[in-house]
Amino acid sequence: MIRKSIKRNPNQISWLSNALLNLFFILCSIICVAPIILVILVSVTDEMEILKTGYTFFPKVFSLKAYEYIAASGQAIWRAYGVSLFTTIVGTLLSMLITCMYAYPLARSGFRYKTFFSFIAYFTMIFGGGLIPWYMVYTHIFKIKETVWIMIFPYLLNAWFALIMRTFYKTTIHESIIESAKIDGAGEFRTFFTIVLPLCRAGLATIGLFCTLNYWNDWYLPLIFVNNPKMYNIQYLMYQYLLSIQFLSSSSSFSQSSLAFRDLPSESARMAVAVLSIGPIVFAYPFFQKYFVKGLTIGAVKG
Amino acid sequence: MQFQRSVKKTKPGFIQEIGRNYPLFIMLLPGLIVMLINNYLPMAGVVLAFKKYRLHGNYITSILKSEWVGFKNFEFFFKSPYAYTITRNTILYNVVFIVLGLVVPVALAIALNEITGKRLSKLYQSVMFLPYFLSWIIVGYLAYSFLSIEFGFLNRGVLQSLGLEPVRWYSEPKYWPLIITFFQMWKYTGYNIVVYIAAISGINREYYEAAAIDGAKKLQQIRYITIPMLQPMMIILTLFAVGRIFNADFGLFFNVTRNSGALYSVTNVIDTYVYNALRNSSDIGMTAAAGLYQAVVGCITVSVANLIVRKIDSDKALF
Repeated sequence: MIRKSIKRNPNQISWLSNALLNLFFILCSIICVAPIILVILVSVTDEMEILKTGYTFFPKVFSLKAYEYIAASGQAIWRAYGVSLFTTIVGTLLSMLITCMYAYPLARSGFRYKTFFSFIAYFTMIFGGGLIPWYMVYTHIFKIKETVWIMIFPYLLNAWFALIMRTFYKTTIHESIIESAKIDGAGEFRTFFTIVLPLCRAGLATIGLFCTLNYWNDWYLPLIFVNNPKMYNIQYLMYQYLLSIQFLSSSSSFSQSSLAFRDLPSESARMAVAVLSIGPIVFAYPFFQKYFVKGLTIGAVKG
Repeated sequence: MQFQRSVKKTKPGFIQEIGRNYPLFIMLLPGLIVMLINNYLPMAGVVLAFKKYRLHGNYITSILKSEWVGFKNFEFFFKSPYAYTITRNTILYNVVFIVLGLVVPVALAIALNEITGKRLSKLYQSVMFLPYFLSWIIVGYLAYSFLSIEFGFLNRGVLQSLGLEPVRWYSEPKYWPLIITFFQMWKYTGYNIVVYIAAISGINREYYEAAAIDGAKKLQQIRYITIPMLQPMMIILTLFAVGRIFNADFGLFFNVTRNSGALYSVTNVIDTYVYNALRNSSDIGMTAAAGLYQAVVGCITVSVANLIVRKIDSDKALF
């Protein structure tokens, strides 16, 4: 009803300015996707064509050789994909659990120390010991450098996510629900897992998507802590490829393969790896977008 | 164990609270352990900035046994030519990002909201939001596909066809302030548009209808209704950005530039400086001093920004 009345409203921009605005936003959209399209196009361009004309939006000879090459002899890539999948799934589940549990007491009005524990979390957002002591803690005290856990542990509790989750609890769970559960004889844990969390599904989705994105897109932890090529995740593997394409051929799995280095479609293969790493994000994008907007609205507007 | 240690530091009553509410404390425990290891233990390492670091066994004994040198590390750092360059770069880029990150998304969000086709408006939003979801590594690839000296689209596709000389992008500092700013905006504008669109859609339509009846033109409505209604959010988001003026986005300055040494004069920021120093393991003490300098100034700016936010709207303040 309201929509319709707006549509007929004279308070609408003119036909011409609407067309101009549309034109402008089409331009903006092109700027946003053009680089991605270029990378996709390069990944399916014939290698000789690239050597001749460089990366171009209008390749004349297409070839899927880069993808065939990766499928046939890209063990390093599949391994890195596996590492990324593992850290993303395990990391997201663990960090959701820890974040949700940490945020819950902070949202309880009856909990006396909620300000104190909130501050402990806030403080990590505003002050840090710096890169060097942080590096030393993980290399000298907790020796999880070079393992898959170093790519999971540091992101387990993000104070900002705990904050968003606390707001979700406060806005969706009324204290009387918790009280009545208590009267019915449910303990705190039972109330939390069977009543509170199912009611906060939207919040869980938001946090979960934030975490997934964090873990899938992470390259910083392997950059700092991982030297062993077997433990590279997909983002860090791509970082190495951009440094030198030789890495693609010199990593053990490739040198054993029957293909000679000369046949390696290096330029297109490099871009093909990038396309493969964007793939899952583009597929998940509609879900991401829906819940991100919800999460942002909670986080930014309602405060 | 964990509890007993913390009891000593806090006032009486804490222990009874634990007894009464122990399930809540158990829920806090995993998060507390993660923060203790990941955030609070490294904070103890700030003393490194006041020591001449030498390896003596493990982390704790090395820190304890290293010799105190007072503010010597800071002296070295501030006398080095880097201190000025990295501070200037960090602050200047952030100032540009703050201004553009306020004006551009607000203008685009208002414009998007005026487009009559709501489907189209949603589509533009989705497309512009996409870059936010890509990692800086991917953004580095995208930049490389345009800027590569041998094959890049700019050199081969544009400059060559115009008959111009190719540019060695990754070793020419003069273009980089623009390139860095472009990719920062490219990645985050869509995200900020979504935030502001959400705020605009929360404004009551009746204001606009009433204004239209009174004969207010579109621009006047924007000037006198939309912008004032967005103002609190604009101020708060900007203040938080100002609070983080001493922190640079490591991914942007590291990946998009491919950490090219030839560009350091305009692309080296505090975060990349500390990282490169750690990698080249030059002077641990001086690097720690640079890190502490950033942390302390950053902490002050965030706290001041938060104080102002709390004055404006206490619900929006962080603490």
